[in-house]
Formats: sequence, C-alpha cells, structure tokens
Amino acid sequence: MSSAPVLQLAGVHKTFGQTAIIRGVDLDLVAGERHALIGPNGAGKSTLFNLISGRLHATAGTIRLRGADITRATPQAINRMGLARSFQVTNLFHRMTVFENLRCGALRSRGGGYAFWRRVDGVAEANARADEVLDAIGLARRREATAGELTYAEQRALEIGVTIACGADVILLDEPTAGMSRSESAAAVALIRKVTAGKTLVMVEHDMDVVFGLADRVSVLVYGEVIATGAPDAIHANARVQEAYLGTGLAQAGAAETAHA
Amino acid sequence: MKGRPHLVAALPALACLVALPFVFPQGFALSLMCQMGIATIFALSYNMLLGQTGLLSFGHAVYFGLGAFCAMHVLRWAGGSGGGGAWVVIALPLVGGLGGLIAGIVLGAITTRRAGTIFAMISLGVGEMVASVAPMFPALFGGEAGLNANRVFGAPLFGITFGPQRQVYYLIVAWALLAAWGMHALTRTPLGRMANAARDNPERAQFVGYHPQMVRFLMLALSGFFAGIAGGLSAINYEIVTGESLGAHTSALVLLMAFIGGIGQFYGPIIGAVLVTFLQTALSQYTHAWLFYFGLFFLFMVLEAPGGIASLVQLHREPWRQGLLRWVWPQYALAALPVALTLAGLIGVVELVYRVAGGVEAGETSWKLFGNAIDATRWQPWALALLLFAGGGAWLRRAWSGVAWQWKMVLLATARGKDR
Repeated sequence: MSSAPVLQLAGVHKTFGQTAIIRGVDLDLVAGERHALIGPNGAGKSTLFNLISGRLHATAGTIRLRGADITRATPQAINRMGLARSFQVTNLFHRMTVFENLRCGALRSRGGGYAFWRRVDGVAEANARADEVLDAIGLARRREATAGELTYAEQRALEIGVTIACGADVILLDEPTAGMSRSESAAAVALIRKVTAGKTLVMVEHDMDVVFGLADRVSVLVYGEVIATGAPDAIHANARVQEAYLGTGLAQAGAAETAHA
Repeated sequence: MKGRPHLVAALPALACLVALPFVFPQGFALSLMCQMGIATIFALSYNMLLGQTGLLSFGHAVYFGLGAFCAMHVLRWAGGSGGGGAWVVIALPLVGGLGGLIAGIVLGAITTRRAGTIFAMISLGVGEMVASVAPMFPALFGGEAGLNANRVFGAPLFGITFGPQRQVYYLIVAWALLAAWGMHALTRTPLGRMANAARDNPERAQFVGYHPQMVRFLMLALSGFFAGIAGGLSAINYEIVTGESLGAHTSALVLLMAFIGGIGQFYGPIIGAVLVTFLQTALSQYTHAWLFYFGLFFLFMVLEAPGGIASLVQLHREPWRQGLLRWVWPQYALAALPVALTLAGLIGVVELVYRVAGGVEAGETSWKLFGNAIDATRWQPWALALLLFAGGGAWLRRAWSGVAWQWKMVLLATARGKDR
C-alpha cells in the first residue's frame, strides 16, 4: 500500500444552503484495493459518491483521480477518465434490452463515440465487451429482455454490468446488495468479487457481512466526517467506531435480523 | 441471411409505389400521393426528436420551411440562368436538406441545452420567432404572397422535364425512400442508440460517458436535415413557398401525424403522415366540419391508443404469429355494425348542428343524402340521429365487452405461447 493513491480526496466539503453534509473528508485509495464506506443513515455516503463521480460539485477541497483534478469535472468527463459508478436506486435505460444497456455502457470507451455514419453493430469491440459482461453478470439468458421487465435482483446485476462495461479501473458501487435476500446478496458479493478483480473498488454498504467479507479496508463516515479508516478487524475493534456507529447500528441491525428471521 | 427477407418484402412494396400513379391517374389522387410522400419524410424526421430522443418540439416546421425557402431560392436562380434543368430539380431536395441542417445547427445549439418541458417551450418560442421574423424580410421570404418559381426550365433529361405531376411523384418517391432508409439506418448507429439512452435516462447516459446535450444537438441537426429535404420537395411540388410553411400550424400538423401514427415504432409516423394528409385533403371535400372530426379522432387516439396506430399493429403481431387472432375476428365482426351505427348517429348530429349554427353558408339548412332531402330545421332528422347515436352506443358497449374479454384470453394464451 505504498504506491501513489488512485483516488485522493483532500479537505472535501459540501454544504447545501446552511447545512454542511460533508465536513472535511480526506481519503486516499490505493490501486487495487476494495474499500467499503460505512456509516449511519444520513452520514453523507451517497453525497460523497455524488461528489467523486461529478453528479455534485464540492463546495471546498479537491478530488484527484490518478493525480488529475476532477473536483469540477462533469460526470461524462470523469467516466471517460476511467471512473464508473452504480446507483443505489436502479438507474437503467429501462426501455432498451439488457444487451443494449450493456453496449451503451461500453460504447464510449470502445470507439463508438457520437458516430452517425457507422453501424453500431459494426463497433466490434463494444459488442464483444457487452457480451463478455453479459456472461459475467449471468444474464445471458435474458439478453433480449428489456431492462424494465427484469426482476429486482436481475436489475441490480445489470446495474453493476452497465457500470463495469466501460472497463473503468476505479469503480464506485452504491449499496449494490440493498433490498436483496440473503442468497441474492451472497450471489451479488460473488459477482462483485469476480468483476472487480484487479480494479479499485469503493462501495457503500449497510450489510456488515458483505462489508467484512469483501473489503480490504473500511472507512467510517459519521456526520460528514471520516472518523476511522483501516482494516476490517481494526475498525471492528475501534472504540470510537463502536461508540459512534457500530454500537447503535449493529445492535439495531442485529435486532432487525432477529425479527426478520 | 440478414437483409434478404427485407428485400423480398421491399420489392412488392416498391412495385406498388411505381404502379400507384397508373392505378390512380386522376390529378387529385396524384397530388394527394405527392403530399403524402412529403409528409412522410417530414413526420419521420419529427419522430427522430419525439420518439427516438424524447424531445417534444412545437417548432419543427422551422426546419421544413427554411429548407423549402433555400430550395426555392436556388430554383429561382437556376430558372433565371436557365442552366441545369432537370438535374437541378433532382438535386434540389438536398439543397433544402442543407438549409434545414444549417438551421438545425444554429437553432439547435440554443434549443437543445435543456430537455423535457423546457425544450418544448424553447422550441415553441424559437418557432414563433422565426415565423414572425420571416415577413420582415420580403426579399428572402417573399412577404405575404411567398416566393414562387417554375420547376420546368432548361433542357429535358431523357425526356424528363418535371412538368407532369407524375414525374414529380416519382422524384418524391425516390427521395422519400432514400430519406426513410437514411433515418432508419441512423437508428442503428452509436448516435441513434445513445439518443434512445438519453431519452430513457439522460442522467445515466452521462455516467456512461456521454453528454446528453451533445446527443440532443446532433439528433436535432440531423432531423433538421431530413425536414429540409421534405421542405425542398414541397418547393418543387407546389412551386410556391409561403411563410405558413414555417409556422405553428405546420408544426402542430407534423406533431399530430407522428403521434397518431405512433412514435414508439419507426414506421408509425409513416402511417400517421398518410392518414392525416388523406383526412385533411379528402375529408375537407365532403364536410365543413372536417376539422372537428379530425380533432375528435385525435382525442380518441390519445385517450384510447396513446401509442398510436403502430401500437395497435404491434399488439396484433404476436397473436397473429401464433394464429390466435381467429378468436378475435368474430368479435370484431360483431362490433362492426354498432360501430357503424354509432358513427352514423354522431356524424348526423354534428352535421345538423353545423347546419343550424350557420357553419355552412348562411341560411342553407338542408342537404341531400342518398337522394333524400334532409332539413335541419325539422325535428325528424334530429330524432333519428340521436336515436342512432344513443342506440348504437349502447349496443357498442355490449359488443365491446365481448371484444375486451376475448382479447384478455388471447393475451393470456399469447404469453403462454411465448414462454414455450
């Protein structure tokens, strides 16, 4: 973990009107690590994702992707620089087929561009990539179904597929297992592990099994500040974390789980 | 194996288009078909925005009209110099297309900054602006009278002068086929697919690396190009272009064509263009109330089949393939008579109202139908019309519930057949 950070957040602030949502976040991501972002509801995890991916712009501070300042860049520019993200609420091209969704994801990075003088079927690399991702996310059987008719778990898988299709090497996944059953969640974890191999992954996740099973490092965000970053075991043992988050959050999650079972 | 089946289907269709002027040689029919061809290109170009990119435009006539004026100026200039002749006329729609393209590039840069309602409002504003500015430049737009020219000049090309309407018809058919092919091919390009993507979810389009504004701009410019081709053809066909071709009426008409035909399918606007042109040209010969009927029809389509006629066609396709439609035909046949009776009653009432309200010439309250004189000032025709409308309507309700029930069965069976 001594190489230069792939993604670097320095003193990032975000305020909406009078309300400070992100209050000075510093975070360095190392190439190839799987990093989980946890924290109670309203801590600013999704806002932080929006700032990194260009959906929102930081009020202060800088965000760098492989050294390049992307604090004020547009989402499409950031995507072309090799950072892709998924969404907490499924965000697909719902009237297009599964294959078309994946191809749209792959098109920009595989030479499709805005071309109106060549057939999209002729952009061989994009088509090959879409089929490759289709197999990887296990939706080959549903290739020609429209995204809107998929089941929830299938849509979540496609959400990840569209995100990784461009081949970005920094990937942000926003609650990829939200709303899933235990078995679906386990399948999703296996899928994430497979498709993000060798890439840098940041994920927001509430399910602690997923977090501790998948992440190399964990950062805890509370009220817009990162109160701890470290290996999962260290985070688990961290007194501040237990007090601020795990103490209440885990107890509640455990209670909910018991009630569920 | 790919393009072959299309070719097999295309040849008879092509033969029909070639044969049409011989089947309907009358001047009226021929000019109607020419109008339909022009409207087809225009409506398809409109659907590049509404159906494919999700942009509701209230000012698409601007590109049609500016293309038409560009073509008209070149036609006048060529006619004056006497050079080129038929060659100029053949290439003239391309001039219109370039005019539309340039207009699309200039105006699109402003209008496509936003999508949704904002785009609709800006397109309305830009359309009104161009239409109201045009009369201030009589040298360019010919003032109230418009600009005219003679399409016949110079030496004939293999006997083609474009004097006879039939020759113009074939020119329109050729350009319509070329333009439709081009627009269809465009749907299968990276830009065409990203237009669909930006329509479905502009935000996600950004996160896969595309600028939705750029997608919208390119689609609008190209749609302006095809609208301009239609405009160029109309300059040739009518030999006159007036400010009306730029205006809100033309913009509204193309919206109706695309919507009635169906914006969800590529071929939808073709049906809409043919049907609406037919209604507005043919129906207006029979009744003064044609605009009312047209409005009623549009209302019916929006309420009952918002996907347009093409969506009804699509609905029948899969059951047809599985041979399940034979369950529905008898129900349709049973409903046909009550539909006819209800329509007859409705038409009767509308025509009577138009007569008494002075919608026709003043004082003319009677007319002849199948040799019988009908007097709108007496009570009998009113009673008959109302009875037809009410009785037919009640019967239709019963008959239609049979159709609906049978359709439910068909759709269930279709879904099962599809799974197998």
